[in-house]
Amino acid sequence: MLIHRDTDRIKVFNRRAIFLGGAQALLFSGLVGRMHYLQVIESDRYSMLAEENRINLRLIPPARGRILDRFGEPLAINVQNFRMLIVAEQVPNLEKLLNTLDEIIDLSKREVERIISEVQKRRSFVPVTVKDNLSWEEMAKVQVNALDLPGVVVDEGLTRFYPEKDTAAHILGYVSSVDEHELTGDPLLQLPGFRIGKAGMEKEHDYQLRGGAGTSQFEVNAMGRAIRELKRKESTPGSDLYLTLDQKLQKYASNRMGRESASCVVMNVHTGEVLAMVSTPSFDPNAFNRGLTQKEWKTLLEDPRAPMTNKAISGQYAPGSAFKMIVALAALEHGVIDTSEEIKCKGYTDLGARRFHCWEEKGHGKVSMVDAIASSCDIYFYEVAKRLGIARISEMARRFGLGELLNIGLSTERGGLVPSEEWKINRFGEQWQQGETFILGIGQGYILATPLQLAVMTSRLATSLSVMPKIIKTSEKTDNIVSGFSALNINQSDLKIIRDGMFNVVNGSKGTAKSSRINVNGHKMSGKTGTTQVKRITIEEREEGLPELDDIPWQERSHALFVAYAPHDNPKYAISVVVEHGGGGSAVAAPIARDIFKELLKDYSSQSNII
Amino acid sequence: MASAFSKRGEMTLREKFSQISWSLIFWLSIIVTIGVFMLYSAANASFEPWAIQQGFRFLICLFMLIIIALVDIRLVMKYAYLIYGVVFSLLIFVEFQGVVSGGAKRWIDLGPINIQPSELMKIALVLALARYFHSINSDEIGRPILLLPPFLMLICPVFLILRQPDLGTALMTIMGAGAIFFMAGVRLWKFFVITLTGLITIPIVWPLLQEYQKERILIFLNPDRDPLGGGYHILQSQIALGSGGVFGKGFLQGTQSQLNFLPEQQTDFIFTIFGEELGFVGGIILIGLYAVVILYGFIISIRCRNQFGRLLAIGITTTFFLYVFINIAMVMGLVPVVGVPLPLISYGGTALLTIMISMGLLMSVHVHKDIHIVFIGGFDSG
Repeated sequence: MLIHRDTDRIKVFNRRAIFLGGAQALLFSGLVGRMHYLQVIESDRYSMLAEENRINLRLIPPARGRILDRFGEPLAINVQNFRMLIVAEQVPNLEKLLNTLDEIIDLSKREVERIISEVQKRRSFVPVTVKDNLSWEEMAKVQVNALDLPGVVVDEGLTRFYPEKDTAAHILGYVSSVDEHELTGDPLLQLPGFRIGKAGMEKEHDYQLRGGAGTSQFEVNAMGRAIRELKRKESTPGSDLYLTLDQKLQKYASNRMGRESASCVVMNVHTGEVLAMVSTPSFDPNAFNRGLTQKEWKTLLEDPRAPMTNKAISGQYAPGSAFKMIVALAALEHGVIDTSEEIKCKGYTDLGARRFHCWEEKGHGKVSMVDAIASSCDIYFYEVAKRLGIARISEMARRFGLGELLNIGLSTERGGLVPSEEWKINRFGEQWQQGETFILGIGQGYILATPLQLAVMTSRLATSLSVMPKIIKTSEKTDNIVSGFSALNINQSDLKIIRDGMFNVVNGSKGTAKSSRINVNGHKMSGKTGTTQVKRITIEEREEGLPELDDIPWQERSHALFVAYAPHDNPKYAISVVVEHGGGGSAVAAPIARDIFKELLKDYSSQSNII
Repeated sequence: MASAFSKRGEMTLREKFSQISWSLIFWLSIIVTIGVFMLYSAANASFEPWAIQQGFRFLICLFMLIIIALVDIRLVMKYAYLIYGVVFSLLIFVEFQGVVSGGAKRWIDLGPINIQPSELMKIALVLALARYFHSINSDEIGRPILLLPPFLMLICPVFLILRQPDLGTALMTIMGAGAIFFMAGVRLWKFFVITLTGLITIPIVWPLLQEYQKERILIFLNPDRDPLGGGYHILQSQIALGSGGVFGKGFLQGTQSQLNFLPEQQTDFIFTIFGEELGFVGGIILIGLYAVVILYGFIISIRCRNQFGRLLAIGITTTFFLYVFINIAMVMGLVPVVGVPLPLISYGGTALLTIMISMGLLMSVHVHKDIHIVFIGGFDSG
């Protein structure tokens, strides 16, 4: 039975296998027949189509969106340029061509190597850039020799240009050619000479600025020359980006700081809009677009003044005496000291075996809070910090925006540091020491803040609102009253004491920055100096007498800080200035702030519509 | 489930190994080698990024093929439904969790590798159907009720594949399965009825198709309609092939395929490079090589002494045939562009894996051809 059934099945199977096999053989013959038709009978027609009439597709790069300042002044624009391309498939002998080109426009050995490797890497019909930014003279030479240069095409395009060069380079960033690892699905990125944002706003908003590719479909002949365009879809230009910066002020501040390794942030205390954010020394973003030489790049990287770093958001400094307002506010809020209470400063105070000094070696005598801020007495704040303890100081610091990212929208922004007892245990495995509370009281030790954070802190002191900074202009409105920031929950009478102290720093007889006062009514500023030691002063040095600034090596000099807002009675703008290794805050940082404010108030007071 | 395997002729591993058809492996290797050279050409004379990886994958898959060939065919049969069930669950998983790529949800992302369950389904379905029909004798095959289970086995995954949507794979799955139904002895008039029903439902199904699928079918009917639109592919691949002529332009000398008129030419359209560079003669040789492999499949199938092996071998062989036929026909403009790779030549991991697993199973049928499986499923205790 079983056997019978199986033989039955085998019979059917074999019969049908022949049928199926036959069908498959027939279909394969059909393939061969079709192949015969295409490759033998119609071969000539298709060869002609292939040789003489090809349809090619070309991408049209979009114009990159511009970056403009708050008044629409250009910060990053596009200018026309000419570049030379070669299309490898049209070049009979690449080496010979490159030799000829070298005679005409002078190619370096490295460029020649790059061109050869790119030609090998890309498909033979994809143009490879020989030289960007051709001068008129070079253009003319190429045109004259066109017959000897088969496969060479001069292409007209747009290239990025930063008219103000290094002035706002850290914020704008720069564009540069696409790296292998940056290739995404976007075919635009494969276009020769295409640029994408590599840093700053150019990078953060690259997608918005980039725009969308257009396409052009055209017929080409065997030589690859376009015969006619069949279909064209225009590219979508990238959107413009408006910043809150004021290019004129930015430029002024940048010039004012000169060759110092410094940074400053100027912001509107009500809206948080950053009007200027300067970090010096800077770099020319046009050089990156053009392509840096190895040497240029090395110089930038090895400069001890770090031109590539945006110190305004990446530089983290101990705020020094500029932190004393926070300590004083915490003291008033928790009632650990009365405004009338005076503390005697004899130039030093002892904690156990350790001696803590005031910057004023002779001592300030008896000081109250307002005087202590004005004269920046360290002894007063050691005592206040001791009474407060670290936790309450840290809490107040955080309320003023220290120790956390403010998310201004640049990826290199850093958050600074507000230490706490837990932080120290986690970080070092050690208990917090009381001596560390002392030095925290004068803004030294572990605490770190960026110039942006200091400017935000100052804005918050000026307005008692939780101001957040912004650098992208969201609406065309220049109304400075609309802010929408929530209140900081600070007692206004406490704040008034602090503001009086800051007023006296600049305008009082004992003020540390009195030489930088602005003596115009309605333009007076309130501020606070800070000088933070980079290197600890040893006991021996103290006994020998402190050395003169010029005798200290640059890297060991103190950082000079100054924060301020103005006008003092109706605050509009806040500023922070940090000069690395500049010496004293009053001597170096405060005058810069004063000059920037003068410039700002001079201009804007004449405008009815104050930004 | 009662099953009894005949103990006659238990084979040792050594015996099995000696039974492997090394000549079939030789022919497969020849085709893969041709493929590697074509990928080299597709990358503008560079082993990176495709050729070297394809060669490497082939070696791994070859090792796997041999392992599978040594697996007892009865074990394969025992787990046929289980394998089907697992792959079916993967398909359902794709429905909910799959990676969307090119407008279709076909892939499961497993970190380093992606799996396309619809590819694996082609083998799993062949396995399951072979097992089912193995247990049905020639008398029972006439009872329509007994055809319902295999019909559902086919229609459920096809429904899911259509939903992805992947019309090409769905049709190929149906045709592969159809071959097994046919070889199992299902009456011819039943095929006519089903086909007729299918044709009648076309007007109903048409509105349910995706835009791009309709477009592809329409373009197929008239490729010259819009040379810059969807017909561009077919026209350009025909120009590439046609300009190759009788002897081709020579290896690496193809201008059309090197000009990137065809995106993704390393996958589905790789035959254009072959045809352009090696011409009509080369094309005939390649089709001939495929025909040799298919012939091996038929011989293995006919020589096999158990129904499961016979059906499995014929199912695998027909699937392989369909890959080759549909791909080449598509490139030459005989059928619509459906996204079927050229087996052993197109670049792609899952496709190569599927082919090599199925070749492993074919080899297993060959190795175990003399084993009798007296296995009558749940319908007879004999």
